[in-house]
Amino acid sequence: MRDASDVIRVLGVLVCGLVLAALAPDAWLVRASLIFIYALAVLGQNLLMGYAGQLSFGQAGFLATGAYVFAHLRSMGAPFLLALALASSVAALAGVLVGLPSLRLRGAYLAVATLGFGMAVYHLLAGSDLLSGGRTGLAVPPLALPSGMSRTVGLYGIALVLLVLATLGVRNIVSSYVGRAVVAVRDADLAAASLGVDLARAKLTAFAVSSFLTGASGALLAQFLGHLEPQGFTMTESVTLVVAVVVGGLASIPGSLLGAVFVVLVPTLGSGTSWFVPVTYGLGLLLVLSFQPEGLAGLLRGLRNVLRDGSSR
Amino acid sequence: MSALSDYVAAGLASGSLYALVALGLVLLHRTTGVLHFGYGEVGALGTFVAFRAMQSGWPLLVAAGIGTSASVAVAVGFYLLVLHPAIRRGARPATLFILTLGLAQVLQGVIVRCFGAEPERFPLPLADAPALRAGPIVLHPITLAILATLLFSCLGLFLLLERSRLGLALRATALNLEAAEALGLPTRALLALAWGLSAVLAVPSGILLAATLLLDPFFMFEPMLKGFAAAILGGLGSLPGAVVGGLLLGLTEGVVGATLGLPFRNSLGFVVIVAVLLLRPQGLLGQPGKERA
Repeated sequence: MRDASDVIRVLGVLVCGLVLAALAPDAWLVRASLIFIYALAVLGQNLLMGYAGQLSFGQAGFLATGAYVFAHLRSMGAPFLLALALASSVAALAGVLVGLPSLRLRGAYLAVATLGFGMAVYHLLAGSDLLSGGRTGLAVPPLALPSGMSRTVGLYGIALVLLVLATLGVRNIVSSYVGRAVVAVRDADLAAASLGVDLARAKLTAFAVSSFLTGASGALLAQFLGHLEPQGFTMTESVTLVVAVVVGGLASIPGSLLGAVFVVLVPTLGSGTSWFVPVTYGLGLLLVLSFQPEGLAGLLRGLRNVLRDGSSR
Repeated sequence: MSALSDYVAAGLASGSLYALVALGLVLLHRTTGVLHFGYGEVGALGTFVAFRAMQSGWPLLVAAGIGTSASVAVAVGFYLLVLHPAIRRGARPATLFILTLGLAQVLQGVIVRCFGAEPERFPLPLADAPALRAGPIVLHPITLAILATLLFSCLGLFLLLERSRLGLALRATALNLEAAEALGLPTRALLALAWGLSAVLAVPSGILLAATLLLDPFFMFEPMLKGFAAAILGGLGSLPGAVVGGLLLGLTEGVVGATLGLPFRNSLGFVVIVAVLLLRPQGLLGQPGKERA
């Protein structure tokens, strides 16, 4: 938090969140929790893809790492916060390892390498009963909450607070030396290196923070679902996160949040037809990259400018 | 021992399919510089159209022709309407890659919408033919058909790319778009042709795959990823590399599946991708020194 207006904004968001929790029906809160949880992973993917320019098609692997480490720790009796912190850290470690190829690969090649990681994690889970709990899946013990608080409200509150913290954290990172170094590496790596930026360190930091957030998202998702199966962590999840970042807006924090709203709400439309989601995602990617490279965040900014002074600039 | 030779035969069959997929990916990559994530879906679309055409009574070859035309139309249309404008705007290779992901998603939805998600059996006449025995090795006719298609495609591509003026123009366009334009080459038509050609390669692999697996909207997905792995293993710039990579991946998968079990078999391709990219990014037969951008 940098100044008083930040404090006011954060308090405003939390108060709005509380009011919503008190007034809105449970179904809304469930949906909002899912948006908050996804937003963590989208922020992570955006840090990597938008800010660092490192294309990852294997985010489902980090999501799964976070979710399964969390679930196993919880079933061994670890408290929620400890399990969350450990799960995110293990995912971050995996991120650094997966990030190593990024020192030598670019663009689509890195995407294919990370895709390999994501698929390998999925097949490892699908093939190992010990890790995935076998045919019945892996159950996650329910959250211990203060009496009188429903699980829906409890999880909603936790997800909201964590998302606010993550948003502030990512904003601080991208406007810090590290963040500027990461963006400089994206835009002109040789120039950045000649100015003394440690390329390897900048890229690996981006991978570590990104997979930390994705792991946290996976852990919360595990708690939210209460039950894990490897089928929840396929290539589809990785694609969904790419779609969320591109449609929401590359290298934009509001864009990440809008992207999460997009990928959580689109599947609820289309009245259960299985073709609607891929077509919408695909068209979203094509239209955004062809006509509106800044995504929904860019549209929003344009709208705000029009409302403010009647011009679209 | 006969069990192992069975696995080798199975590995050869899947390996030649991977090689066929990898061939199309490498062709596109060599000529357009684009990694095509929607390659499998383009092939799947053509396969479904061919399937429907066969159901309404057309013979196999005509149906395959109809399916191929559909795939070519989609691929060329995608290049002309989406990719070409993006390249004109100076899009990075990564952006083009994500655009092909967009195409993949749209096609996936279209296939589910038009052909349903129920798995169906592709009625390839060869599928019911008896297996051939040569000593201890049992080969299914489909495997032979796959190998023949692979051989034929390799030969055709080699003649086209390395021995014809058209191939020279395609390679020149791939090497340096602006220089090719300055020389008066019709680069837009050439690149559209490359996209069409890749679709022509995609449909036979789709039909042969559908005959060995079941035809459902996602049947091309994993083989396509394995084809990616094969292409990267062999070196993305090299057509012989695609074939070697595909066969090697298929055979290793067969042997690993026999000795270590299925989970290892299924993740092998992806481990191979990561290992090759880390240790020898240019692949087995690729030329070193080129940046993987």
